[in-house]
Amino acid sequence: MSSVLAAKLDAVSFSYDADAINRQAMMNFTAEFDRGVTTAVMGASGSGKSTMLALLAGFERAQSGTIELEGVDATLSPPAERPLSMVFQNNNLFAHLTVAKNIALGIAPSLRLKPSDTKEVEMALDAVGLAGYGQRLPAQLSGGEAQRVALARVLVRKRPILLLDEAFASLGPSLRDDMLDLVAALTRDNHLSTIMVTHAPQDAQRIAQNLVFLDRGHVVLSGTTADLLGKDGQNDVLKRYLGEGSQT
Amino acid sequence: MRLFGLPLVLPQIVAVLALASLYGNQGYVTLSLQKIGVDMPSIYGLTGILVAHVFFNLPLIVRIVLGALGAMPPEYDRLAHQLSLGAWARVIHIYWPFMRGSLFNAAALVFMLCVTSFTVVLTLGGGPRATTIEVAIYQALTFDFDVARAVVLTALQLLLTSISVGIFAFCGGELQSGLSLNTQRPMVERKSVWVRVLSVGAIMVCGVFIAAPFVAIVSKGLAADLIKLLGQETVRHAILTSFTLGFCAASLCVVLCLALCEGAVQAGARRRWLYAHASSLILVVPPIVLAAGWFLLLRPWVNIYAAAPYLVVVINAAMALPFAMRFLLPARQIAHDRQSRLCAQLGIVGFNKWRHILLPVLRGPMLIAFAFAFALSLGDLGVIALFGSEKVQTLPHLILQRMGSYRTNDAAGLAFILCCLTMALMMFVDRRSASTKAGDSS
Repeated sequence: MSSVLAAKLDAVSFSYDADAINRQAMMNFTAEFDRGVTTAVMGASGSGKSTMLALLAGFERAQSGTIELEGVDATLSPPAERPLSMVFQNNNLFAHLTVAKNIALGIAPSLRLKPSDTKEVEMALDAVGLAGYGQRLPAQLSGGEAQRVALARVLVRKRPILLLDEAFASLGPSLRDDMLDLVAALTRDNHLSTIMVTHAPQDAQRIAQNLVFLDRGHVVLSGTTADLLGKDGQNDVLKRYLGEGSQT
Repeated sequence: MRLFGLPLVLPQIVAVLALASLYGNQGYVTLSLQKIGVDMPSIYGLTGILVAHVFFNLPLIVRIVLGALGAMPPEYDRLAHQLSLGAWARVIHIYWPFMRGSLFNAAALVFMLCVTSFTVVLTLGGGPRATTIEVAIYQALTFDFDVARAVVLTALQLLLTSISVGIFAFCGGELQSGLSLNTQRPMVERKSVWVRVLSVGAIMVCGVFIAAPFVAIVSKGLAADLIKLLGQETVRHAILTSFTLGFCAASLCVVLCLALCEGAVQAGARRRWLYAHASSLILVVPPIVLAAGWFLLLRPWVNIYAAAPYLVVVINAAMALPFAMRFLLPARQIAHDRQSRLCAQLGIVGFNKWRHILLPVLRGPMLIAFAFAFALSLGDLGVIALFGSEKVQTLPHLILQRMGSYRTNDAAGLAFILCCLTMALMMFVDRRSASTKAGDSS
């Protein structure tokens, strides 16, 4: 039932090869993402994780199939009109704008702010543990702080779905755990549906209730994280991936 | 390397005056050599044209090749020393692969610049024994009023430049590669004593060859009565006209460049190449050919001399486009790569995107492109030579007139003023480039 789903991909096909001469390069996604929970999207490099997120966000156009977001067909919607916010691994902030302005862009692209908007920006900064950072420039922030600012902007945008495209991959283990905990808290407190691309099974185990596993442009496994990553639940594809992961 | 950047922006008419004051009949070098019994060949004719083109193009080649070598990973050089490769082996196996392409590009660019040379040939040659098609077009239109010959010559020049560019493109050459002012870091290399002596000697000879004309400009310029010159109505008018035309040309150039950049970053891979290279069309259709085309096209319909300022602005803007694209396109591409998805997601489009996102990022490169186009337009003699009149007279045009009437002191003084103006603009470009680079790396 679409009404309980945050997002649904129904036979969504896509290829970076515009002429689709190479049929093997064609990705085809069918997946469902539950509302109000965090779903991890995992898979080897080149399996299509980031492409799936780009299709959900509207940065790439599906060649066939439908994308539903919050129960509404969003296949042809432009990125700004989709009910979601996305945090990338890099370049989430405009380097020449202050932290406050970077967040405020999530409220008003014209940056003409009402006093209530300014207050909202301050509250968002407070929620991500960066109270008082408003006048700093992105260059004055650490990697973790910059991602926190991006999460603060997610809060002011008030979109129900949050996409994380390996957002914390460049952070150290301890800082990454802190950020994941923050995401878990924000997801819970703001009733978000979070879809998180990650390479690391421990990230999924830390905060994701559900897991979708991709292989060569197709969803090959989906279920709860506990079931899929538990010792008994691992099938051959996942075992191979985890084995490779542990070697690297 | 900064010294080697100066001839790239020195107005050609100023350089010609400087070279004449060094190597001309009464030049410093000629007189000095005469004292020890050595006679110099006349600067007027093929010798002078060659010397002037070496002056302009030697630094260009050095910068292009050094730029290519600067792109070599520093580890290569260290590895070569670790492996005890000799000097010759290092050149063949390590340096040459990096230099090969850039040398070809440099040769192609210099060939095109010489084929389309106008000011140098007009002032130092001009006779039937030392001329170019560009100068012949100018003479056909202004002295002989032979429109038919101008049409034939224009077609011939277009054919020649098109064939040349076609051959270079076929051979994998890249004419655009030389249109940059960036200086690359020099290689740090441990050299033997004799290599070091040879290097220092070569650098000193080239340095003196490049620096001497600047010394001559300053010395001759300061010897002229600058106060009296600036008091003349015609001089003040020429400076004002140069500034007005330069400002308009630079503004138009930046606007056109932004439009091309926008097209290049938004277009698909195939059309991107077209947008990115459209600016280089001026290398195939040189300014004089373009001006001659407009001259022939508009002459039956409008008073060509009344339309002169507009034509000068448009053609000067087109002339600076390849350089402006070099400054603006990379910055616009980076902004697109980093920010397009974020802007799309946040709904930042149109004026908001321009004001809050693009303008702060592109302001620096835009200013650099503007200043560079301004300097090029200030020093241009090509188009104004064809359309110039008593009413529309720029500083280079006035210098040419004073040279023609043998008022060499006045010409030297005006050249000094023009040199100061363009150098001030280029110092601005240089400083701005450095601060932009520092900003990027921080």
